[in-house]
Amino acid sequence: MDFQVVVLAGGFSKTLVPLVSKEVPKALLPVANRPVLSYVLELLEQNNLKDLIVVVESESAALLIGGWISSAYVDRLHVEVAAVPEEIGTAGALRAIDHHLTASDILVVSGDLVCDVPPGVVAATHRRHDAVVTAMLCSNPVSGSTESGSSGVKDKAKKRYNIIGLDPTKQFLLHVAAGVEVEKDVRVQKSILRAVGQMDIRADLMDAHMYAFKRSVLQEVLNQKEAFQSLRRDVLPYLVRSQLRSELLLNGVQSEENGNDKDASQNPKIVLSQLLANASTPSFHELHALGPNGFSLSPRKTHKCCVYIASNSNYCVRLNTIQAFSDINRDVIGDASHLSGYSFSAQNNIIDPSAVLGSKTTVGPQCMLGEGSQMGDKCSVKKSVIGRHCRIGSNVKIVNSIVMNHVTIGDGCSIQGSVVCSNVQLLERVVLKDCQVGAGFVVTAGSEHKGESLAKKEK
Amino acid sequence: MVAKQSGRNRGGGGGGTAAATEVSVEELARVPLQAILLADSFATKFHPITLERPKVLLPLVNVPMIDYTLAWLESAGVEEVFVFCCAHAKQVAEHLENSQWFAQPNFSVTAIESNNAVGAGDALRLIYEQNVIRGDFVLVSGDTVSNMSLAEALGEHKERRRKDSNAIMTMVITQSKTSPTTRQSRLGTDELFMAIDPDTKQLLYYEDKSDKGTVSLDKTLLSDHPSIYLHNDKQDCYIDICSPEVLSTFADNFDYQHLRRHFLKGLLDDDIMGYKIFTHEIQSNYAARIDNFRSYDTVSKDIIQRWTYPLVPDVQFFGNSSTKLDRQGMYRASVVGQSRSAQVGPFTVIGSGTTIGSQSQISNSVVGEGCKIGANVSIEGCYIWHNVTIEDGCQLKHAIVCDGVVIKSGVILEPGVVLSYKVVVGQQFIVPAYSKVSLYQQPIKQDSDEELEYADSSTGFMDASSLSGLPDKLKEESTIQLSESQLQAASEVGSGGVGFIWSTSEGSHEEEWRHSVAPIPPAKLLEIMHTSNNELEVVQQDGNLPPSGELERDSVTANSNDYDDDDVDVKDDYEFFENEVEATFKRALEENIKEDDVILEVNSLRLSYNLATADCSGALFYSMMKSALSAPHPSPSDLVKNAATVITKWKKLLKYYLPSIDEEIEVILKFEEMCLESAKEYSTVFVQILHLLYDKDIIQEEAILNWASEKEGADETDKLFVKQAEKFIQWLNEASEEED
Repeated sequence: MDFQVVVLAGGFSKTLVPLVSKEVPKALLPVANRPVLSYVLELLEQNNLKDLIVVVESESAALLIGGWISSAYVDRLHVEVAAVPEEIGTAGALRAIDHHLTASDILVVSGDLVCDVPPGVVAATHRRHDAVVTAMLCSNPVSGSTESGSSGVKDKAKKRYNIIGLDPTKQFLLHVAAGVEVEKDVRVQKSILRAVGQMDIRADLMDAHMYAFKRSVLQEVLNQKEAFQSLRRDVLPYLVRSQLRSELLLNGVQSEENGNDKDASQNPKIVLSQLLANASTPSFHELHALGPNGFSLSPRKTHKCCVYIASNSNYCVRLNTIQAFSDINRDVIGDASHLSGYSFSAQNNIIDPSAVLGSKTTVGPQCMLGEGSQMGDKCSVKKSVIGRHCRIGSNVKIVNSIVMNHVTIGDGCSIQGSVVCSNVQLLERVVLKDCQVGAGFVVTAGSEHKGESLAKKEK
Repeated sequence: MVAKQSGRNRGGGGGGTAAATEVSVEELARVPLQAILLADSFATKFHPITLERPKVLLPLVNVPMIDYTLAWLESAGVEEVFVFCCAHAKQVAEHLENSQWFAQPNFSVTAIESNNAVGAGDALRLIYEQNVIRGDFVLVSGDTVSNMSLAEALGEHKERRRKDSNAIMTMVITQSKTSPTTRQSRLGTDELFMAIDPDTKQLLYYEDKSDKGTVSLDKTLLSDHPSIYLHNDKQDCYIDICSPEVLSTFADNFDYQHLRRHFLKGLLDDDIMGYKIFTHEIQSNYAARIDNFRSYDTVSKDIIQRWTYPLVPDVQFFGNSSTKLDRQGMYRASVVGQSRSAQVGPFTVIGSGTTIGSQSQISNSVVGEGCKIGANVSIEGCYIWHNVTIEDGCQLKHAIVCDGVVIKSGVILEPGVVLSYKVVVGQQFIVPAYSKVSLYQQPIKQDSDEELEYADSSTGFMDASSLSGLPDKLKEESTIQLSESQLQAASEVGSGGVGFIWSTSEGSHEEEWRHSVAPIPPAKLLEIMHTSNNELEVVQQDGNLPPSGELERDSVTANSNDYDDDDVDVKDDYEFFENEVEATFKRALEENIKEDDVILEVNSLRLSYNLATADCSGALFYSMMKSALSAPHPSPSDLVKNAATVITKWKKLLKYYLPSIDEEIEVILKFEEMCLESAKEYSTVFVQILHLLYDKDIIQEEAILNWASEKEGADETDKLFVKQAEKFIQWLNEASEEED
């Protein structure tokens, strides 16, 4: 397939502090004891997309991620890791690796996506419609609604992610509001409504940050619109907005001059012949381009923005908040266990054979215990993930939590709805509820914390 | 009636309190289905015809419109109809009396007359006061043609009502194809944007008249409804199924007149009482309202092509004379005198008693009863009502010809012509396209929004006495008026013709082709397409949708004039203002208007353009200098003299607008600008004029000095006049020092 895949792996995301630290960039955060990036890479591998560019913000993160990829995926994937400066945004990142892009279509995937929607279907949709961009949409994630007693941080307010306008066939993207626009009144251009007749405006869909772009168009937009920073907030809305009055064409000549292959949509004649060849019902774009009564002084320039809507049975969540981190970990060993790639035991949990459990210690269903971890007596683990080489004392309760690697937990601790990062030491009788503990932190004995974020001071 | 009574009996029979609610629901269902039919559309779209007859009585394929509506209501199971008549109420009532509607079993028709209703709101308030509506009712206008079954919509409405008592209205909508170029449906109505919840069918937004480029939905809508369909492809049938609350809402909000513009908007925007409106879409049935001439044309064609079955000409649904359907959609009454050589084309209806001369051709037209069509006449796409005489050799295209019209030989009617009752068109006359001819003079245009469609019957218009023998007594002056008018009119529609050609005002002319019976000419289509293309661009340039801050910045670089546009707007505004002030001043000069009045006018201009006082002084000064310039001035010194006279004369006026130093500086700046741009003649005498202004106490030295110091830091080019005035400024400086 003539698709080039760009994985935007991000860097040290600030929103995920304290989970993210100098040692652990966002892409390497563990989901069921595997870096989150591996979920995307494996999904791509399954779809036979093995030529990847992984774009990482900042050199140090690139080193860490590059190191991990080369160890984990040697011989399996052909991955180039490109480092870009921090804070340049997704569009900026693509602009920075512009010269690497050669294929006719580019698939851009966010590295924090945990999903089971094959990118192949997005690519196919893109190709079928000869679109300039195809975005994947999924249902808004239902956060923290599964179990009682889950964290109180959840359910702040019903958050809306995107406002999206679709055509009646749900194939084309007609309107998109992202970022701050989401909270404002919805304003839809009449011109596009006139062309389509009916628009479905949805607030329950989320942009999953998996896009297929026509390369020439993407590069053109990135070059022309230097202020564009984000694909989701700038590039996509721009393309959607201008789809019936494409500006791309004017510049299409340029790209031809540059010796690039000609873009079919950029030539009305070709579109028309395709139209006749397909003999299918023309989309509103073509009708609009031809003008009323099928004649027009000059064919209008249009381009298509398509969507692929993941069905509700698909799992598709981005790890971009601490909340999402907990949710994804819970889901991957729970409801969406097919993603984890592990085989579950009869008790519906995964306990590494090398793990040691003390007497009267129970590990419930939907739990995971990494290799080499030890647990003392009379412990109880429910709906939690425990990493590798952890040393857990006796009488410890761990519920709805994530414990990363090399964590030491003293006797009589109780951990609920919390995230404990690597190399943390919890001394005796620590009580954590809805807390995040940053890497290497030491929690003093007997202390109780609720809804706090504990981390070492940045030096 | 029978059904109702049995319902009552049962209701009485069911006693216990537990069953009471159930019974009451049942009883609600047993109330005979009622309908309110508005026999007045409170609009002027059918002028001038409707000056003489109410719109609902105008023949649609030879049958009065109201009969279609009543026939449909009857067939749909409505048992009681209240016909609200306002304009020409007597004519409507008489028509009902003469028809067999009063004699139908299980179908009662009651006429409610009013003389002072100015809108649907008044009508509904009156009906509310009469307390005749007992349950859910159907609200339609008397110009509705439909064959839909009400059962389904009514069932949905009642079902919703049971769950949610706030669901007070169900609107019937249907699919329509809006032309992207003309922005209107085939019925000639304006484009309509609606937002509907796809699951509940609740109407969330309704906009039928707006020039904005975007549809703006309130953000709260989306939090309540995860999915909203925005429609541009639906058409409002103006058939509403209402609960009694609709009437009381009208009664509570006495300013509501228009059903859509006020009532619907009020409910949607202001959330009155939490009332909700739902929609019901009909799929295969027909429903349309005749709103204008174009929809008259469209619906007529639909009837002829049998979309409205069983309401078609060859089915006798209300005693129309027997008409037979021939090949190709040709309907012919039994008694038609047609010459052998005459050709009647497809989709044409010929009424009984009509004679057609030799070699005449008729196609796609409706011809009424008792018409006399001469030889060699060509009629295409026309609606010819009853007892019309068309003499030999006429050519008619896409025209509406009312009862009793006489078209003399050789007349040509261009597309879109409307000839009202009893107009006579003189020989060989060519009636220009889209013109409307009536025996009545055009009333003086009223700007009022709520214009009455029909002239008040009390004004005693001369009526076509022959047709329905209207009871309206002719007043003497109107007879005189008419005879006078006949004399005058003769020239307007050819020799021997009678009638006035109504002039269309500038604004409405644009709309003329939109609402006319004539198809939209291709040239016009191209033109609109051009503009719509441009509009598209404008719409997108305005953007309105910058999704984020960055984008906005970017769009400046993209269309570099994005922001300049705003500037241009302001500038334009000022230019307009300046022109108006200049015109005002000129008029003041010519007509010797008093200063106070000029001040008043300028002030009102200032307010309407939302500008500052400084702008007034600038503009006024500009006008004065202009007027001085326009007077003959062979040499620069004459120009100064001219200026001096003007300034002396209007000193007081100018002074009024110079309350502070700032305004005075503004005047100097304005003058400077003039010298550079619009009135270069002054550049040589800049200092002299400045001196003059100083002498006349119009500008104080402080202003001049401030101006000079302001200019100090400016470019060399800007300093041109400061340099010229250097000596003067120096002198002023010295003078002020001396004073110190």
